[in-house]
Amino acid sequence: MNALRTWSAIGAIVLSSTAGDVLLSRAMRRVGHVGELWHNQGLAAVLKAIVTNPSFLLAILFLAISFFGLLAALSWSDVSLVVPASASLTYITNAFAAGLFLHERVDRRRWLAALLVGAGVAVLAA
Amino acid sequence: MTLRKYLVLVATVIFASFGEVSLSYGMKRVGPVSAAHWTNLISAILNPWVALGIVLLIGFLASYVSSLSWSDLTYVLPATSFGYVLLALLSVWLLGERVTLSRWIGILLVGSGVAIVTRGPASTAHQQAESAAGGKP
Repeated sequence: MNALRTWSAIGAIVLSSTAGDVLLSRAMRRVGHVGELWHNQGLAAVLKAIVTNPSFLLAILFLAISFFGLLAALSWSDVSLVVPASASLTYITNAFAAGLFLHERVDRRRWLAALLVGAGVAVLAA
Repeated sequence: MTLRKYLVLVATVIFASFGEVSLSYGMKRVGPVSAAHWTNLISAILNPWVALGIVLLIGFLASYVSSLSWSDLTYVLPATSFGYVLLALLSVWLLGERVTLSRWIGILLVGSGVAIVTRGPASTAHQQAESAAGGKP
């Protein structure tokens, strides 16, 4: 029962942080190249473009959910399970989600990198 | 990828690693915060190490968001995972921790993932849009 609760929390962390990252990436692609925008229109225009983007605001909401999910999971279970499990699974789910929702070309190279990093993070943080 | 863009990725890694170290160092000095006294979390911000950690994490958010404005998510995430390696190395050099064999394996796995992804293109979605519009593939 306790394991089920912990893994549900890990699942919730992974899903919400994936949603947050995908939405953040979508928002920034919509905003466009930040360096050029800053150069042409100034910092205020950059900040305005970012914080008025609906995807950005949703992204912050999801990232906040994943942060509080992490805090909750840490109060039920060991940090040595929760952190590596959620961090490494997020690399895999992000590779899926980026291909599906952002139409990034997730080729063999990208998959291999996501799997290697995911495995490495799991080993490092355990 | 220009040198400036690589520098933003490096800044993302450095801000995140040092921000987390600073936050955790500060929170260890503040001590555990119980749910009944959650308002103590607000006064934790007054701890200089926690405050420094927050400033560094704001720097992280700025550089992360800016790198996402010109690169794919599946490029930025593995590329910046080098922070895990940096943290492990810092714990050896600064804190004198011993690195176990499994840690070295983890460092090797993350490092090879970073090496593989950074040798490829940073942005594929933009390329596709360009080739769909009749530009060079």
